[in-house]
Amino acid sequence: MNKIALFIPLVLFATLSLFLLKGLDRDPTELPSALVGEAFPAFSLPSLMDESLLSTDDFAGEVVLVNVWATWCFACRIEHPMLNQLAHQGVKIIGLNYKDQPQPARQWLEDRGNPYLFNIVDQQGSLGFDLGVTGAPETYLVDAQGIIRHRRIGVLDQAVWDREFDQRYQQLLSEDQ
Amino acid sequence: MIAELGHAALIIALCLAAIQTVAPMLGSFMGYSNWMRLGYSLPLGQLLFVAVSFVCLAAAFLSDDFTLKYVAQNSNTELPSYYKISAVWSAHEGSLLLWALILAGWSAAVALFSRTLPLLLGARVLSILGAISVGFGLFLLLTSNPFERLLPVAPLQGADLNPLLQDIGLIVHPPMLYMGYVGFAVPFAFAIAALIGGQFDSAWARWCRPWINIAWVFLTLGITLGSWWAYYELGWGGWWFWDPVENASLMPWLVGTALMHSVSATEKRGVFRSWTLLLAIFTFSLSLLGTFLVRSGILTSVHAFATDPERGVFMLAFLALVIGGSLMLFALRGPAMQKVAAYSGWSRELMLLINNLLLVSAMTMILVGTLYPLIADVLELGKISVGPPYFNFFFVPLIVGLVVAVGIAVFTKWKTTEGRLLLQKIPFPLVIALLSALFIPLFLGADSQLFSYSLSAALTLFLAVWLIATIASDLREKIGSDRARMAKLSRSYWGMQLAHSGLAICVLGVGLSTAYDDSRELRMHPGQTAQVANYQFQFVGTDKIAGPNFTAHRGHIRVLQQDQLVTNLYPEKRDYNSGGQVMTEAAIDPSLTRDIYVSLGEPLGNKAWAISLQVKPFVRCIWLGGLMIALGGLLAAIDRRYRRRSKHSSAIRGGA
Repeated sequence: MNKIALFIPLVLFATLSLFLLKGLDRDPTELPSALVGEAFPAFSLPSLMDESLLSTDDFAGEVVLVNVWATWCFACRIEHPMLNQLAHQGVKIIGLNYKDQPQPARQWLEDRGNPYLFNIVDQQGSLGFDLGVTGAPETYLVDAQGIIRHRRIGVLDQAVWDREFDQRYQQLLSEDQ
Repeated sequence: MIAELGHAALIIALCLAAIQTVAPMLGSFMGYSNWMRLGYSLPLGQLLFVAVSFVCLAAAFLSDDFTLKYVAQNSNTELPSYYKISAVWSAHEGSLLLWALILAGWSAAVALFSRTLPLLLGARVLSILGAISVGFGLFLLLTSNPFERLLPVAPLQGADLNPLLQDIGLIVHPPMLYMGYVGFAVPFAFAIAALIGGQFDSAWARWCRPWINIAWVFLTLGITLGSWWAYYELGWGGWWFWDPVENASLMPWLVGTALMHSVSATEKRGVFRSWTLLLAIFTFSLSLLGTFLVRSGILTSVHAFATDPERGVFMLAFLALVIGGSLMLFALRGPAMQKVAAYSGWSRELMLLINNLLLVSAMTMILVGTLYPLIADVLELGKISVGPPYFNFFFVPLIVGLVVAVGIAVFTKWKTTEGRLLLQKIPFPLVIALLSALFIPLFLGADSQLFSYSLSAALTLFLAVWLIATIASDLREKIGSDRARMAKLSRSYWGMQLAHSGLAICVLGVGLSTAYDDSRELRMHPGQTAQVANYQFQFVGTDKIAGPNFTAHRGHIRVLQQDQLVTNLYPEKRDYNSGGQVMTEAAIDPSLTRDIYVSLGEPLGNKAWAISLQVKPFVRCIWLGGLMIALGGLLAAIDRRYRRRSKHSSAIRGGA
């Protein structure tokens, strides 16, 4: 009996190692997009252009895209013309300037055009954390009731728009009217 | 060129470590004493070559050699030169090199100071330390080589050291922590050597003890410094976050503490032998596991380290070999559990057993909490994060129990203690503690009202006063009116009392700063005043300043108490030139009874800022207590007993 007890630590460690081995294949930073179907998280953050405080009230009652971007994000450069085009077509886009510097961000919009109604400055990434943002760019489709309807991780281009957003967006618009 | 020299030195050190592993161990089985003696000289050579390698890397940092990938990623020409040195161990590759250097240092120390050990045991201990060095050497050279070049295209400027790490706390914190982690390799090697030889008696325990103590002192200092650094550098005024990386350092500390106590019973009374061996294995295993968790990126943490699956697999294989191998050896060769007849009643042995159970339970619960998100993920139970509420819920009762037990344990004797004696001694400190718990909180609350009476403060005061009072009454009994008896008490006795008093001070700091913490986050315009606790905070405004490698907004806040100026505080929001990273630099007015802590949040326009104002009573006691605990451990480690015996035995050998 005593002799068997001496093996207990070894067995426990072997079990633990198995979990560690399995865990190595997983990415702990991968967050589930559990927020689809839920309300856009509440926040109170400054605006990029003027110095007012923004909250969910600022886009309540509208169907909007919330686009997460930053000047350090290379893919955002690629995405930007598409956003300009969507804005031109009348899609309402709100920017979430994520873990970025206000000055270069303003410069960026001056250089590349501003597709956003307004920009939320999330320098600490607190709203990004609540949203489960994994990086930039990301785009959320939010309905008039403030419920997140869809989430896109990565660049939003014409193909993605046609495949994932267009139909949903039109449907939400017609529901709203 | 310098980098290649460092690289070559590292390879030579690895070869030396390989010989150090094989020769003394083989010699110990074949009876070749000169092979065994080789184990005593090789660690010195190994230390020399790892040190050369380390100096080469430091030189590459100082000369801004951005052809080295590691230097390019973690340094910058603008970085002040003292930070260039500390940047050596700021990221993965360099920290591993520091690990290797410290391990070589400990091995050399064992080789130098253990000449009085029986040759057989000493050779095996050094061989096992050599094997660990081989593991780390291979890990460095194969997966994490700090001397990797970025040729042919090297950047002109480095990416800079993470601003968070540009701080005095980070210059000293990791080396201390590693000294502790790696130091536990020595008792581990002793335990394995004992298992191989099948001999573990009180002599073995006595040889081990100073090594355990010293490693533990470093770990204590490392954790204390880490907590202090997080407090003033992260800018949110917290001092412990139950982050996986912090847990990784706390777990070996808890088990190391258990080991330190259990080995004393093994030395004095020959009990708990298999338990002590197991704890020695556990302590070092947890140090390795901690390194694995931190370095493999298997868990998310505020300490975002670069992650690499290849490194993870290597570390895990190494872990399986070292921990699995030693536990297998333990299972096969470990001594059978002893019958519990050697002590009875309220003996010191029983109290040490309680201490061990509580400490190991605390470690287990932290281990479960730290790994649960990972296990849940693997079992497809979804992504879960375990937060401070879990840890506090389990940790606090265990520590409360521990502190109560420490107080009683002071009065107990080895083998058995008469219950009557205990009943005589306990009431005095108990009454003092209860009275303090009842009355002192009445005067501590912010507004001295009955409603501000805090139960957690009462519990804190009970524990701290109980501990101090038991220590004081034990001292009174041992010394009495005769001062001369003070000198007769051993250093390890003083060390114990000092460390236990440190625990009391630390508990006081944790409990009172949590109970009476007062903080507000406000939008403040220049000229505006806010009240927190008994202080008025007047926001004067901000100006722009320039540092060596950053520019900053510096706020000016006047702190007043009843219209008397207490201090001027200048919190900063720093913008580092190189990476565009923004850092919050809190301003703190420290004192033993309270810290005033102010940090700047976001600019809200129109010269207004989001400002965090905090008053933290007794928070400094946490680190003061930590320092006392470490100092106590040091006192115990330099007890004359260990040296006298070794001189004695060397005299015998010299004569023979």
